[in-house]
Amino acid sequence: MNKGSPIIEVRNVSMRFNLATEKTDTVKEYIVKLLKRQLMFNEFYALRDVSLTVNRGEAVALIGANGSGKSTLLKCIAGVLYPTTGSIQVRGSIAPLIELGAGFDPDLTARENIYLNGAVFGHDREFMDEHFKSIVDFAELWDFIDVPVKNFSSGMVARLGFSIATEVSADILVVDEILAVGDFRFQQKCKERMADMMKGGTTLLFVSHSEEQVRELCQKAVWLQRGELMMWGSCASVVESYLAAQEIGRRSQ
Amino acid sequence: MKQAWQHFLQYKPLLKELVRRDLKVKYRRSFLGYIWSLLNPLLMMCVMTLVFSYMFRFDIPNYPLYLITGQTLWTFFNESTNMSMYSVLQNGALIKKVYIPKFIFPISRVLSSFVTMSFSLVAILVVMVFSKSPFYWTILLFPVPLFFLLLFAMGIGMVLSALSVYFRDITHLYGVLTLAWMYLTPIFYPVSALPEEVLPVILGNPMYAYITFFREIVLYGTVPEPILWLKCVLISLTTLALGLVVFRKMQRNFILYI
Repeated sequence: MNKGSPIIEVRNVSMRFNLATEKTDTVKEYIVKLLKRQLMFNEFYALRDVSLTVNRGEAVALIGANGSGKSTLLKCIAGVLYPTTGSIQVRGSIAPLIELGAGFDPDLTARENIYLNGAVFGHDREFMDEHFKSIVDFAELWDFIDVPVKNFSSGMVARLGFSIATEVSADILVVDEILAVGDFRFQQKCKERMADMMKGGTTLLFVSHSEEQVRELCQKAVWLQRGELMMWGSCASVVESYLAAQEIGRRSQ
Repeated sequence: MKQAWQHFLQYKPLLKELVRRDLKVKYRRSFLGYIWSLLNPLLMMCVMTLVFSYMFRFDIPNYPLYLITGQTLWTFFNESTNMSMYSVLQNGALIKKVYIPKFIFPISRVLSSFVTMSFSLVAILVVMVFSKSPFYWTILLFPVPLFFLLLFAMGIGMVLSALSVYFRDITHLYGVLTLAWMYLTPIFYPVSALPEEVLPVILGNPMYAYITFFREIVLYGTVPEPILWLKCVLISLTTLALGLVVFRKMQRNFILYI
C-alpha cells in the first residue's frame, strides 16, 4: 500500500457503442434488424486502445473536448461500464462523484436518503448513524433534513451527494465536472475537502473544463481526443499542448 | 459460487435499505399507511364474495376463506413480479453512477412485496375468526408454500427485469399475460367448474401448486401429498436458477440500454 505503486491500470481499453442497436426498443424492430444483419452496423468507438497507469496518491486530470471519451473512461474505471476489449485493474475503493445525487429517491427525505445512499456505498445503518451528524454538518442541511429531496434545489442535492460520497475517505476519488454546481463558498469547501483527502493519500481522477481548476489540483493530465489518448504526462505540459491544439483548430476554421 | 455469496453479503445493507424504501414510499402520505395492506385484501374479498356468491354461485364451502387464500398468494405474485419488472429500468440513474450488483434490484422488490403480503396474512386470520373456520395444526406449515412462492417470484422477477431492459414491449405484454394467467388459476372458482380440456393447463400451472398447498394446510387441515411438495420444490428451484442464469448473462450490457 506504499505511495507510488500503481492503483489503476488501464490496458488497451476500447469501448464500442452500437448506435444502431441503441434504437431497437421493440421486438419487431429487433427481428427486422437481425434479419437484415444491421445489428452490428453503426459502430461508434468512445474509446480506442487507451492505456495508462495511475499511481497511488497522484492527482490526474482528464481533459479534452466534449465527446472525447472522458466520462466513458471514468465510468469504465468506476466499474459501471464494461470495456469492449482490454482490461482495467483497480486496487482500492472508489468514491464516484459522477452525477451527484443520482441515487436519491425523490420521495424520501434527506434523512432517509442519507441511509439509502450510504448503503449504495456498502455502509450499514450503524455505520451511517455514526457519520450522520458530520454528513449533515458538511452539507449544511439541518433545516431541511426531513424534507423530501424532490423539493430540494439542484445545489442542495449536489451538496448532500458530495457530502455522503466523501464522508468516508476512499482510495480513489472520481470527480466528473461536479464543481460546476453549488455556490462559490461551497465549491471552496469541496475543494478543501478534496485537498484534505489527497493529503491523506487518496488518488484523484478529475474531469473539468476549467483549466484553472486542473492546474490547481492536479500534477498529471491525460488528453483525450475522439476516444484516443493524445498525450499523457505532467499537467502543465499536457494542458499547454491541449490549449495550443485548440488554438490551431480555432484559427483554421 | 462462494465468491458470489460473499459479494451478496457485502451488499446486504443496501438490500435492506431498498426494501425499507419501497415500503416507505408505498404508503407515504396515506393516513392509514400499513393498515392498507390488511384492509385492501379484506375489501377486495368482500367485493368478490358478493359478486361470486350472487352471480355465479360456485358451490364451495367457506367461500370467503377459499377466495382470500388464493387471492393473497396471487396478489403477492402479481405485485412482486410487476414491480421487479421495472426495477432495473427505474434504478437506471443509480446503475449509471456506481457499481452495484444489479440483481439486488429485482430481489429487493420481491422482498418488499413479501413483507406487504405478510401483513395481509392477518387478513386471512380475521376472515377465519369471523367465518368461524376451524384452526388446524397444519396451518403452522404456512411458511413452507410462501417460501417456495417467494423463490418462484424471484426467478420470474429477475427474468422480467432483465428482458424489459432490452425490450420495453415486455412491460405491456406482461399485463395481458398475468390477466390470462389469473383466469387460469383457480382463485375464485373451483377446479371442478372447468371443462376437462383445460385441466392439464391448470395442473401445469405453478401458481395452482402453491395455492393448493396453501389451501390444504389452512382450509382443509391436511398435509399435502409428497408429490405436491416435490412439485413445489422443483418449480421454485428451476425458476430461481433460470432467473439467475438469464439475469447474469444479460446484466453486463444493461447500462447501454437504460
